[in-house]
Amino acid sequence: MELQDNELITLEIIHRYVELLDKYFGSVCELDVIFNFEKTFYILDEFLLAGEAQETSKKSVLKAMEEADLLQENGGFQSRLFAAPT
Amino acid sequence: MSPSIPLQEMIRAIRSARTQCEERGVIQRECAAIRAQFRQSDNGSRSHNLAKLLYVHMLGYPAHFGQMECVRMIASSRYSEKRVGYLGAMMLLDEKQDASLLITNSIKNDLSHSNQYVQSLALCTLACMGSAEMCRDLAPEIDRLLRASNSYIKKKAALCAVHIVRKVQDLGELFAPAARSLLAEKNHGVLHGAVILITDGVCFVLCMFQTVPELVQIMRSLTVSGYSPEHDVAGVSDPFLQVRILRLLRILGRHCETASDAMNDLLAQVATNTDSTKTVGNAVLYETVLTVLDIKSESGLRVLAVNILGRFLLNNDRNIRYIAMTSLQKIVNTDHNAVQRHRGTIVDCLKDHDASVKRRALELSLALVSASNIRSMMKELLLFLSSCPPELRSHTASGIFTAAERYAPSQRWHIDTMLHVLTTAGGDVRDETVPNLIQLITNTSELHCYTVHKLYRALLTDISQQPLVQVACWCIGEYGDLLLRGECQETEPVQVSEDDVLDALETVLQSHMSSPATRAFALTATMKLSTRITDNVELMFKIFKTGSGIQLRKFMIFFLLFLKNVLSPSVLRAAVLERMPVIEKNSGQSNGESAGAKTEPKIMVKPGETSPPQQPVNQVCDLLDLLGGSEGPAQPNPAQSTTAAGLTMNTSSAAGGDLLDLLGGFQPTPTLSVYEKNGVNLTLQYERQSDAVLTVTLTACNSTDSDISSFSLQAAVPKVCPQRRPSPHHRSVESGRRGDLDLSQSSSASLFTAFHPCPIQVHLKMRIRISYTVQGSAFQDMVQVDSFQGL
Repeated sequence: MELQDNELITLEIIHRYVELLDKYFGSVCELDVIFNFEKTFYILDEFLLAGEAQETSKKSVLKAMEEADLLQENGGFQSRLFAAPT
Repeated sequence: MSPSIPLQEMIRAIRSARTQCEERGVIQRECAAIRAQFRQSDNGSRSHNLAKLLYVHMLGYPAHFGQMECVRMIASSRYSEKRVGYLGAMMLLDEKQDASLLITNSIKNDLSHSNQYVQSLALCTLACMGSAEMCRDLAPEIDRLLRASNSYIKKKAALCAVHIVRKVQDLGELFAPAARSLLAEKNHGVLHGAVILITDGVCFVLCMFQTVPELVQIMRSLTVSGYSPEHDVAGVSDPFLQVRILRLLRILGRHCETASDAMNDLLAQVATNTDSTKTVGNAVLYETVLTVLDIKSESGLRVLAVNILGRFLLNNDRNIRYIAMTSLQKIVNTDHNAVQRHRGTIVDCLKDHDASVKRRALELSLALVSASNIRSMMKELLLFLSSCPPELRSHTASGIFTAAERYAPSQRWHIDTMLHVLTTAGGDVRDETVPNLIQLITNTSELHCYTVHKLYRALLTDISQQPLVQVACWCIGEYGDLLLRGECQETEPVQVSEDDVLDALETVLQSHMSSPATRAFALTATMKLSTRITDNVELMFKIFKTGSGIQLRKFMIFFLLFLKNVLSPSVLRAAVLERMPVIEKNSGQSNGESAGAKTEPKIMVKPGETSPPQQPVNQVCDLLDLLGGSEGPAQPNPAQSTTAAGLTMNTSSAAGGDLLDLLGGFQPTPTLSVYEKNGVNLTLQYERQSDAVLTVTLTACNSTDSDISSFSLQAAVPKVCPQRRPSPHHRSVESGRRGDLDLSQSSSASLFTAFHPCPIQVHLKMRIRISYTVQGSAFQDMVQVDSFQGL
């Protein structure tokens, strides 16, 4: 946190992130984070970028995660080529 | 080699290890397995292995052997491997590693990939750990993406551009036009990114004044328009974006009148409409307040902002109170009156339990003290001092002292306050407090009686606070007679006997809590009391036999001998231990001089060199030489090593000065130059001490470059005036400094004192004979002084 940052909004950002985790994992607890650490990192990457919040809408973040996970499960790119969701 | 286990199993195994050693064992096994797997060519479990390695890395173990694997995986065509590879790159690689350069090409390729999630991975990695070179290489790509792609990518590209601009300032211009056009987007994410990009684009932000109306429009639509569930946080629609826009407006309006005018309405609207029951509303309000205070806003708006901060102070949430006080601290100097209105609340915050809130409240309170509220504020501050955490004590004490000095409504109040602080937090005050307080006390002569009574009582109750004890000892020494008088119009009378006082001082001397400096104070005080209140020499002896420490023993010996040889309170003793004259405030002086020595230039000041002893008036002066410098009734010597020693010395020296002509204050002494030849200057100073005694001082100064030896001085006065003077003696006068005729700086100047009890009517004459040897040749001369003016 830098000098000119608004401390209260940072609290909100942290709060938002926890809400995202909660939604994704369904009532998240500590063990979820430990055993699925790479997923938590991916969610973080969807939510924050370059140290700033990139997406203020929870829905979009979760949607992006879903689709990326799907892509991962299917493996490779032969099956999916997305049109951009707006 | 055991087969590699799945990630979850490994995590479980590590967590179940009961000792460090066990854990290390598991990890070492796993790392060996992973390394082996990496060496093999492409197999299906690479991503799992890398994930395991990342977990191990998070726990703190070395994982650098995975870096090359990351690079390989990023280049793979499978999404799952790419994902883990990029994650690994973000965690394991940074600018300092060479491997980071290898992924630049992969990122470049992925940035133009058809799948947006791959693009996003690449953007993310670049924004996370992109070095300056990487940024420079890939900036054009990012710019392309900023314009041409879908909003998902645009928002990521915008933030990636932010990172680039932070790393490499010059590239900001590249993104300026794109950033401007992004403001027209509807997507909140993109808007957010665009606002941040404009804020951080240092080189072009100032050309963005024309965006102000646009931003105002966006804000308005956010605050006024309907409920949007997607972006809503507890009733405030998209607070993140709001805060961002407010910050940008702050930067734009900071030095610009027109921009500030455009925002005034909006800010007022946001300030009044935002709901402040939840943190999120307060966050937006806070940002608004910061903006208002920073731009050139109108006064009504500023008052509104300060009121909001005042409301924050009353909030139950500690965080909010904390930030309110931080903000108020910034504006307390500029908007002093506005902050004064909330003084009551701030003072209440002193009682909060949290240490950082207390600290902030203390800073603010000290800044808010003024002449009108000094009494009530001081009450609060003193209350705070008695209950505050130890780390804040010395700061509080010094703050109180400064405030008291500046705004004290009366002397008595000032002294009372300082005594109160010393009793409450004596151990934490700064060193210069003691001399300052002493100086203050001597200056208020009408309160001497009151002060000494109070200090005596304080001394009786508690001798653990060193500064208090030191001041008390000093006062008792100086004004002990007032103490015994028992009567004082400001406090209740109490009967104090000599023995009580000496007992008190003895307790201080013997107590193990007293520091050496304190003991020296007590010793000096006892010494002074020998003339003021009692002649009981045996009692004195008893006291002096206590105590410890080399320095103190030296003093004790000195005092003992002094007492022995000068048994009756003779003129000398009384004169040596005279009351201290009023101290002038000297600032920044060390060596105890600030405590008492008046450095009057006309007095011969000898900076600590040892000159052969003066013709001593009595044996005492010889002993005074023990103490590192000639000291005698005729020669003040201020250079000392400890404060207490300084005080002692200065007492004698000041008193010695009395014998010269200090007594009676600062009247200029008539000076007569009687002889100037061969580099020897002889001047004569005289002052009438009383009707019967005239003191004459002859000063010789050597202004040549070489030494003068065999210097002898003889003086004769008419028989009508019986004189009492020391017989002259021989002495070497060392060479003065080159070209320096300033008396006070001459390295050697001899002093010669004569007492001349002389009836006024007789016209005084004096004949002086001097003889000396300089540069091998001897001189002898006689001078007659016929008139002493001013007698």
